[in-house]
Amino acid sequence: MSGPIARLELQETDAGLLIRAVGEWTVRHVRDLDEPLRALSPQRARGRSAIIDLKRVSRLDTAGAWLLHRTNEQLRLLGLQVSYHGETPEIRTLLGVAEACDSGFNLRLPRQSIFVEQSERVGGYVVAGAMEVRGLVGFFGVLLHALWRTVKSPSRLRVVPLIHHMERAGFDALPIVCLITFLIGAVLAQQGAVQLQRFGAEIFTVNLVAITFLREVGILLTAIIVAGRSGSAFTAEIGSMKMREEVDAMRTLGLDPMDMLVVPRVLALVFMLPLLTFIADMMGLIGGALVVWETQNTSPGVFIVRLSEAATFWTFGVGLIKAPFMALMIAMIGCYSGLKVTGSAESVGQQTTQSVVKSIFMVIILDALFAVFFTAMGI
Amino acid sequence: MADDDLIIQVRGLRNQFGAQVVHDRLDLDVRRGEILGIVGGSGTGKSVLLRSIVGLQRPVAGDITVLGRKIAEMNEEERRLLEQEWGILFQDGALFSALTVAENIQVPYREHLGLSDKLMDELAALKINMVGLPMNAGTKYPSELSGGMRKRAGLARALALDPGILFLDEPTAGLDPIGAAAFDELIRDLQRTLGLTVFLVTHDLDTLHATCDRIAVLAEKRVELVGTMSDMLKSDHPWIREYFTGPRARAAATSANH
Repeated sequence: MSGPIARLELQETDAGLLIRAVGEWTVRHVRDLDEPLRALSPQRARGRSAIIDLKRVSRLDTAGAWLLHRTNEQLRLLGLQVSYHGETPEIRTLLGVAEACDSGFNLRLPRQSIFVEQSERVGGYVVAGAMEVRGLVGFFGVLLHALWRTVKSPSRLRVVPLIHHMERAGFDALPIVCLITFLIGAVLAQQGAVQLQRFGAEIFTVNLVAITFLREVGILLTAIIVAGRSGSAFTAEIGSMKMREEVDAMRTLGLDPMDMLVVPRVLALVFMLPLLTFIADMMGLIGGALVVWETQNTSPGVFIVRLSEAATFWTFGVGLIKAPFMALMIAMIGCYSGLKVTGSAESVGQQTTQSVVKSIFMVIILDALFAVFFTAMGI
Repeated sequence: MADDDLIIQVRGLRNQFGAQVVHDRLDLDVRRGEILGIVGGSGTGKSVLLRSIVGLQRPVAGDITVLGRKIAEMNEEERRLLEQEWGILFQDGALFSALTVAENIQVPYREHLGLSDKLMDELAALKINMVGLPMNAGTKYPSELSGGMRKRAGLARALALDPGILFLDEPTAGLDPIGAAAFDELIRDLQRTLGLTVFLVTHDLDTLHATCDRIAVLAEKRVELVGTMSDMLKSDHPWIREYFTGPRARAAATSANH
């Protein structure tokens, strides 16, 4: 076939403008008809009338009918008498649909200037941030209350979930925590040794590894791994329960979600993070010791002697003391974000991302606060 | 009946998930211009049948012929063209949540046709009107709509390319009786004016009474009976009798006759 499948033929006659629609006027073929039809104007119509001839339309759908109807309206508004010619009953029905469904519309969302939009966004973030802090502080209060009730009547404590979460958040995290801290310990020793060698002070590599690892790196790494592993899991688990209205069901059955969901998770993390940190410290030191042994021919026995000179009990204690606080923060943010989930599955994803970002941020803030505190205490 | 009047032919369909056989040697015809209702108890594979026909579920065995061509023998390009011949309304509308209703309707225009923005807006407005949504629904996101409005919006998207075949998966599930009746009427109206062939999976007896020309009953892994409502009422198959003459069926029949 020559030419496009849908065609438009215009003809000026004494009777007026003759618009002949030819071919398949369907949504697949009308693309190139849109502009010419829109451009039809009275200069082309000498007479005061127009005829839309439909005899040679082989197929019409609502899109084609819309174009015909729109043209009809457009010419009528320009003061022409418009009539259809040669339409079949099917075409008449579709033209009727197009006419019945013609209405003023605005389908574009109103757009503001980029300046207003950006200011609005910043403002939104600030307000959301403030609300978040308020919400977290409130949740902390509720959590303390729930913990206090648990202390007063220990039978409220759900032991099975507690053990379950201790296993999931603590025991199951061991391989990844051990591997990462071992490697970081080794890298720290290796890099530290290279730098210290310039001063001829490579003997202090042990001090470097011991102090950085026991005070800071061990707990920070562990807390960040746990925030990524367990904090996100807490949010996703509680969030999907919230989404399926399980949390609401719990409430109506007289069960407190704080007792059922939050307290076991928080306690599990508070118990397990110090243990994980202890193991992380050990793995870091082992990693460091192996590198020192390999590169400086210092035997493990000598490493331990040097270690006991470099690190006091408090070097070790400073790291471990932070663990339960960080655990509380991670678990609290995880559970809080989970309970904030609303309706949809997207919300679960969003809150989970938020929860990890927030808990890692808060872990580092806490670490900084502890550093200030311990310096002031002279430890 | 001439073969080109059979829009969809299913022959010897077998679907199976693991050891669980859903369909076995299932045959079904859909004729041009009819509304065929598919009913069956929960788990008899009504939605699976719909998904097999539109190619979302690969059958273990059997032939599915749509518009005279076997789906299994088509290449990707032919499949893509065929997919433009039908529109599907999923149970909850399945609207893209990141797009407004109008943008949802325009997705197939954008993907397949490259129409101008102005024309796309006009056509989207036309579709929104056709399914009876208020015009301000066009700029809303799916999460801002009620269940009934989401279904109408889903129907508008299904109709975007003016398909000849419409698949509806439980269109009235979750709607209140007034909304459901209005939706039945809408389907009937659109089917008449646009000359659609409608494949309708439903549980709703009122919908069956109000809209369907023929009804196919799925039971025991195949189509147990195809026919009009009066054929259903005459059947002595126990499940069909229970379904069409139970207490809820009597209420639906009474209201349909009034």
